[in-house]
Amino acid sequence: MTGPDDRGYFGAYGGRFVPETLVGPLTRLEEAAREALLDERFRHDLDHELATWVGRPTPLTYAGALSAAWHAEVWLKREDLAHTGAHKINNALGQVRLAQRLGKKRIVAETGAGQHGVATAAACARVGLSCTVYMGAVDVERQAPNVLRMKLFGANVVPVKSGDQTLRAAIDEALRDWVSDPEGTFYVLGSAVGPHPYPWLVREFQSVIGREALQQWARGPGGVPDVVVACVGGGSNAIGLFHAFVPTFARLCGFEAGGRGTGLGDHAATLAYGRPGVLHGTLSPLLQDADGQIQETHSVSAGLDYPGVGPEHGMLRDTGRATYVAVSDAEALDALQACCRSEGILPAIESAHALAGAKRLATESPGQRMLIGLSGRGDKDLGILAGLGLV
Amino acid sequence: MTGAERIAAALSSPKQGSTALVAYLTAGWPTREGFRDLLDRVADVADVVEIGVPFSDPMADGVTLQRTAREALAGGVTLQWIADLLVERGPHATPTLLMGYTNPFHQFGWRRLASACGASLDGFIIPDLPPEESGDCDRVVEAFGLGMVRLVAPNTPDDRLDRLVAAASGFVYAVTVNGITGSALGDVGGNLDRVAAAAKGRGIPVCAGFGVRTRDDVARLGKHVDGVIVGTALADVIARGEDPIAYLRGLVGAS
Ligand SMILES: Cc1ncc(COP(=O)(O)O)c(C=O)c1O
Repeated sequence: MTGPDDRGYFGAYGGRFVPETLVGPLTRLEEAAREALLDERFRHDLDHELATWVGRPTPLTYAGALSAAWHAEVWLKREDLAHTGAHKINNALGQVRLAQRLGKKRIVAETGAGQHGVATAAACARVGLSCTVYMGAVDVERQAPNVLRMKLFGANVVPVKSGDQTLRAAIDEALRDWVSDPEGTFYVLGSAVGPHPYPWLVREFQSVIGREALQQWARGPGGVPDVVVACVGGGSNAIGLFHAFVPTFARLCGFEAGGRGTGLGDHAATLAYGRPGVLHGTLSPLLQDADGQIQETHSVSAGLDYPGVGPEHGMLRDTGRATYVAVSDAEALDALQACCRSEGILPAIESAHALAGAKRLATESPGQRMLIGLSGRGDKDLGILAGLGLV
Repeated sequence: MTGAERIAAALSSPKQGSTALVAYLTAGWPTREGFRDLLDRVADVADVVEIGVPFSDPMADGVTLQRTAREALAGGVTLQWIADLLVERGPHATPTLLMGYTNPFHQFGWRRLASACGASLDGFIIPDLPPEESGDCDRVVEAFGLGMVRLVAPNTPDDRLDRLVAAASGFVYAVTVNGITGSALGDVGGNLDRVAAAAKGRGIPVCAGFGVRTRDDVARLGKHVDGVIVGTALADVIARGEDPIAYLRGLVGAS
């Protein structure tokens, strides 16, 4: 269990930049999480639930047609087949069960694409906790099917009209809610961002993806992949997939939302273009202007439309262990269509960024054995795809 | 006197009444042009003024101060503009602090800011910078003799409260409620007494803030602490086009 230092830093990034009201709750969350993760019983119960309710392990699928088209050997880690349709459930279930263990009565969460909101709502329904999800008003529109799913699971969905009305504003609002009831409420944060211990905690719950994939790869294709590829928004599916591969020889490549261009406000490629700064309780690469104001971002994908990124990715980038590159809206949408037509799999637009990135890597050097994190399924994106005239 | 000492001194001998008044104004709001005048008039009445540095993601603020920050940013307010204003204004009889979230300060540089402002600036209040993270800022505060106001919350444990009080200079900011600015004031006396007791031995004043609106509130809180901080309510008064000076006088002066 390699973690951040005592103060929650991964190299130069991380920490706990929060109002005093949250210092105590975060400290207790950290202690409780350490205890729970070392508790055989907690782990056993969680694993059982992951197997019988979430449907883990998720398969490793050989993508024959993409392999042929890209002159590579392409394998997909199928988080789209996890219950509720994305990797988000691994973390949401873990945190909700932690909240239950701590005797919390009420859960709040933020959501961008709605996948984390749906996962949290489902997990809350499963364990019987009340759930409030903050979602940017723009995202409520563009990811409407997920709003309906959250409501069916009994969650209270609050559209956020402040700020940029996307994921970033939703996190601001969830933090404000939590500050107002720090002892009774548990904040289930959906990506590997935020104040310590969240980046570490989220990674612990998501690293099941990479652990499974490492074993599946050894049993299937054999050895380790040449390259491991994931999309990066806040960075939870990427760190979850990468973590087990950090000690191996596999290259690690994250792909961010390049949006419609390289200008500030045209993309959400934080590691590619950002500078260190403090947002949502953590010091990490950030898209900001010269005055330290956080920038609006753009991505066709709601789940990647975020100006920050998890601190551990900052460290992996700085040490050179992983590389991060932006792929555009258009490349992602092309890759999404190719995956649909040739593999019969509809990926989330977020995940399509990983496919687009992998295609680029394959073009640069043929013959690679690639493991791609297919973080979620694209059913939620039908409205966007139809709006773009792609269906 | 250092900035920290000036702040503490101003709070221990209020201009009016027995409870010191700390006024918060979002920089450059409601207009950039009118701000200098507003600031000076408020500084005539208040014992200490806080200039709010607007930030795009004010996570501890309620809707009123979210709006003033947004409008100030839309009006082009930057930390550079604020520093220029302070320098032009020069040292002021009423101690002046900057209050804001970490990132704009982090980008500007603590040392560069303190050097630029010199004696025109007396201290900082940074709500998302607990002592565990404030090393860079602390070194500059120390070097320039500035006040480093620490916030304490109702849920701050006693041992931590002692450490926060020990690390504070200027005053200790007792947040009245677990919540965001503009929250309703509840029954807060017990917690304020706890903070006051911790601060007493160190001779540092305590001011209570978040949710202070009325003369009654001030009288009630004044029984427990040295001063009160008025932010959201003052912004509401300004937004309604009422006279902020009359409002502030009405909070503390003889009726
Ligand atoms: C399917 C899917 N993939 C990826 C992401 C991006 O988040 P992260 O970078 O934390 O994996 C999201 C976020 O909503 C998502 O729904």
